[in-house]
Amino acid sequence: MSAFKSRAERFAAIEELAKTKILILDGAMGSLIQGLGFKEADFRGAHFVNHNMPLQGNNDILSITQSAAIQQLHEDYFEAGIDIVETNTFNAQRISQADYGMEKYSYEMNKASAEIARAAADKYETKSAPKLVAGALGPTNKTLSMSPKVADPAYRDVSYDEIVDAYREQVLGLIDGGADVLLVETIFDTLNAKAAIFAIQTIFDERGEALPIMISGTITDMSGRTLSGQTVEAFYNSVRHAKPWSIGLNCALGPKQMRQFLADLARVAQTKISCHPNAGLPNAFGGYDETPHDMCEVISDWATHNMVNIVGGCCGTTPAHIKYIAEGVAGIAPRIIPTRDTALRLAGLEPFVHA
Amino acid sequence: MNHLFTLKIKIIMSEPNSKISNSTFVIVGERTNVTGSAKFRKLIENEDYVGALAVARQQVESGANVLDVNLDAAMIDGVKAMTTFLNLVATEPDIAKIPLMIDSSKWEIIEAGLKCTQGKPIVNSISLKEGEAQFLAHARKVMRYGAAAVVMAFDEAGQADTKARKVEICTRAYHLLVDEVGFAPEDIIFDPNIFAVATGIEEHNNYAVDFIEATRIIRESLPHCHVSGGVSNVSFSFRGNEIVREAMHTVFLYHAIKAGMDMGIVNAGQLGIYDEILPELRDACEDVILNRRNDATDRLLDLAQKYIGRAGKKETGPDLAWRELPVNERLSHAMVKGINEFIVADTEEARQQYERPLHVIEGPLMAGMSVVGDLFGSGKMFLPQVVKSARVMKEAVAHLIPFLEEEKLRTGMVGKSNGKVLMATVKGDVHDIGKNIVGVVLGCNGFDIIDMGVMVPTEAIIERAREENVDIIGLSGLITPSLDEMCYVAQEMERAGLQNIPLLIGGATTSRTHTAVKIAPNFTGATIYVTDASRAVPVVQKLMGEERKSYEDANSLDQEQARSAHLASQDKRPRAPIGDARANAAKLEFAPHKPSFLGVKKFENYPLAEIAQFIDWTPFFASWELAGSYPAILSDDIVGEAASGLFKDGQAMLTKIIENNWTKANAVIGFWPANRHGDDIIVFADENCDAQIGKFHTLRQQMIKSENRPNYALSDFVAPTGTADYIGGFAVTTGLGEHDKVNEFKAKHDDYSAILFQSICDRLAEAFAELMHKRVRTEFWGYAPNENLSVDDIIKEKYIGIRPAPGYPAQPDHTEKRMLFSLLNAEANSGITLTSSLAMNPPSSVSGLYFAHESCEYFGVGRIDRDQVADYAKRKNWGIHEAEKWLAPILAYDPKP
Repeated sequence: MSAFKSRAERFAAIEELAKTKILILDGAMGSLIQGLGFKEADFRGAHFVNHNMPLQGNNDILSITQSAAIQQLHEDYFEAGIDIVETNTFNAQRISQADYGMEKYSYEMNKASAEIARAAADKYETKSAPKLVAGALGPTNKTLSMSPKVADPAYRDVSYDEIVDAYREQVLGLIDGGADVLLVETIFDTLNAKAAIFAIQTIFDERGEALPIMISGTITDMSGRTLSGQTVEAFYNSVRHAKPWSIGLNCALGPKQMRQFLADLARVAQTKISCHPNAGLPNAFGGYDETPHDMCEVISDWATHNMVNIVGGCCGTTPAHIKYIAEGVAGIAPRIIPTRDTALRLAGLEPFVHA
Repeated sequence: MNHLFTLKIKIIMSEPNSKISNSTFVIVGERTNVTGSAKFRKLIENEDYVGALAVARQQVESGANVLDVNLDAAMIDGVKAMTTFLNLVATEPDIAKIPLMIDSSKWEIIEAGLKCTQGKPIVNSISLKEGEAQFLAHARKVMRYGAAAVVMAFDEAGQADTKARKVEICTRAYHLLVDEVGFAPEDIIFDPNIFAVATGIEEHNNYAVDFIEATRIIRESLPHCHVSGGVSNVSFSFRGNEIVREAMHTVFLYHAIKAGMDMGIVNAGQLGIYDEILPELRDACEDVILNRRNDATDRLLDLAQKYIGRAGKKETGPDLAWRELPVNERLSHAMVKGINEFIVADTEEARQQYERPLHVIEGPLMAGMSVVGDLFGSGKMFLPQVVKSARVMKEAVAHLIPFLEEEKLRTGMVGKSNGKVLMATVKGDVHDIGKNIVGVVLGCNGFDIIDMGVMVPTEAIIERAREENVDIIGLSGLITPSLDEMCYVAQEMERAGLQNIPLLIGGATTSRTHTAVKIAPNFTGATIYVTDASRAVPVVQKLMGEERKSYEDANSLDQEQARSAHLASQDKRPRAPIGDARANAAKLEFAPHKPSFLGVKKFENYPLAEIAQFIDWTPFFASWELAGSYPAILSDDIVGEAASGLFKDGQAMLTKIIENNWTKANAVIGFWPANRHGDDIIVFADENCDAQIGKFHTLRQQMIKSENRPNYALSDFVAPTGTADYIGGFAVTTGLGEHDKVNEFKAKHDDYSAILFQSICDRLAEAFAELMHKRVRTEFWGYAPNENLSVDDIIKEKYIGIRPAPGYPAQPDHTEKRMLFSLLNAEANSGITLTSSLAMNPPSSVSGLYFAHESCEYFGVGRIDRDQVADYAKRKNWGIHEAEKWLAPILAYDPKP
């Protein structure tokens, strides 16, 4: 049973909690799902026995075909001490689902995922411990700012309007399934994220209800830029119009490598800072080596340096990592949001500020 | 994926300096606008996008802050062209780094542009032309796409031409945007329409005045908004006469900017300087722009005849009596005396006499500089005078460069250089006064200087060194973390195989020992420590000459000795175990005084004249390598004359800084309840002392002390839990605007003024810290309300309480600045930012903590041992390596690598 009557009431409670506590976000789903050892038949379940393409590897469909197992993974994270659970919907829009021929199930997948996450959250929620469901929107597997053809740099293999439409379907499913906030994450191309924001705000307008938006970008390497070339401050300036509830970084880097970029962001962002790094950089076998203890050490250092409001994990992290992180930041005050002068804050690949 | 990868590489190679406008005027590059440039229009019509991108790149390179893209033409499919062009721009990092202005009169073209733009652009434009409903619908769309907008002063009745109409429409639009759709006021940029003047139609004569006056009212009455306009419209009737047009633009902007215009669509790279317009032309333009007389248009038309087809160049200086000397002697005289008034005329005269322009440099100019060099070398001339001489030399050479290039094109002959020296202040550091001085001194000794500026990443240094095939690399840095960065440069030079390039090390925290022990072992080429600017010339000369081998050998021998000496000195310094040192902490009685307020207080635009009263001049002379204390130095037998000259110039510079507000002073101070806990100081939100909002970590002296002398740590000066005590903090800067002004001087080849200006800003920052500390003691904390000390006594630190800075002897750990900055919210409240190495930017900034206990004193932590480092690492949540990295300058032992 939910402890709150409405999303708005639950959100108000978490907003209050966020004043004194660094909120905990969950960790990776992919590696845990892999650990379940599902085969093609499991992915298909009873629903898609006769689907004309292989479905193994389409993790998002498991919210429909193996919903009990997915809910259990969410619950494992709640046991580790999270406040916010992400829906199992990283690739659940029609552009990514085209790889499996599952475009038309996008809405359903998102709605089912949000419902499962809500069901898990309700088991752990109390009046004093609100548990939020964040509807996760991944970057899609196409990019609006870059050309896939070396010889034709003006070419794009997807349009802005197509991206907006794909996110639109996904967002409707997430909201109908009970998501409390929307998390646009792993942004490697800010223009894709801006299309997501466009879709989200259009829906908010139509429905007359706005949910908080969380935004999280990805710095791909030590150059400190997104894949599409922006610095963190330029990225922030480009998505500020969403009035995000939080802005942050996730994926690609481990906490050690991410520190300086997160610090850059924490300096400029006039909203909460979130961060969910990978468990280090991939090793020679594509796995991740940082132990829960390693991660906890670095992340609690961010906390003592007033850099974060929300922390969690991305690729390679497990409930054990999250438990350590949650314990590591317990009792440390969250970052105080800085006030900055009013200024015209533009961006190309780099920020431009004019007071 | 291949293409993504290439793009990524290009991005990494591009310089990472982010452009932040400190100035009050944003330049929007206009050449990528088909309505203003026939050349660009033809490129787009012919789908020559490579050519079109080159135009965009040229705008960025000549300093555009924002790129205006307008593709509205009859023969162009606007939606398609905008999509193609912006998609291409997105893949060119050197263009895409700046924000776009998406400019069209057709909404569908604007929307197509917005769908291709990942950054935050400006839409140009929306207006009330088609009525409120349309205007508001467009505004909502602009917000949803995440853009700012230019709002034209245009309504249902037409375009505004009078002051009253402009103000009326903008005011109406502002309230609709802000109140009805929640548009951020700082994202509104009004364009109150710049129309052509001097058209011969009387009603047009007041158009510029109407714009300027409307701008003033709009900026004053509509908070946070901006005003922009297409500047070239104003001179439309003088098409073909570039000199007059440029002068009109310059005069127009001069007045419009004063009235509050803070953005303009202009040809970046073709903006003049008001003071440099010939007076008769300037007055005539001013008459027209300001509509000062009835015959203004006719007079400007008459005058314009004189300039048709001419490219602007300065007139030569007047003929004066001392030019009766032969020109060679005049050049030498000018150089030794540092007089730049006649140098261009004299150089030109010499050029006409000599066969080749290069001979003027190699002949009289180098002869003059060698006199200067001799006098400097023999101690008869001093640094300030040398830098002034260098200014004269630079101006002379600047005059000759076009001729040299022309000759090079014609004959293929190239002048010879004594060698190429690359100079850079390392990543994370912003201090460059010393580096600039060395650059100037080397430059006037015939070396080519490639100055990469401040905060230069190692990769950029290496790349540039290869590209330019440099002979020597010189690194500079002032703060201690820069030492580490220099080691990294040495490592990377080794890896890149640059062993044939000697590496010079200089800057306030560098030393012979550090260079020998820490830097040189990373690099098998020569690493040479240079004590000061006057040493730089002989060192570089040796490295470029036949003595190179023997000099390098002697240098490595010297470094070998320095290493052994360092090793030998290691074991001889006994340290007290940290437990014993703590037992011997200062034991003070506490009777805390409560500050007049808790929390932070900020001061903006503090009057510079008041700050100047607190300047300590002695370090000013030291920064120019003149030894002695002020005021005795002015009458010193040896350096007295040089010091007096410098002091006079310094005073004149200070007056100009104050009168023209060349720099802005901001400060933030704060006080919080605090208690010590071990060697840490816990900071609380309020006097209940239960909500901790921060913690300062302090370091304790570990030297063996004689009887009765305590082993200090800063925490000793704060009461333990149970007694309500307080701590304060501050961050002050006098460097806001400093960077732009320095570049302005440098662009005019006036390094002397640039360095003089920087060294005064630096003094003002210290003075400001002193002033604020005094106000803290007497009013804000108020524990010494009756203090009555002279400025001299204050400089001698005769006051009660201390203001130690993180990174300096009492707390050598620079990272403590982060906590201080966060508590003060210093970035927002003062405009100072911290670099990756914790240097403050702008460089003319000071920050620190306030302690009020009457027994406080300044002390140095000195060297510390492993036990304290391990303990400190634990308290800071660091690994041992990170602790050793930040504390490297004060370790009593050599850490394991």
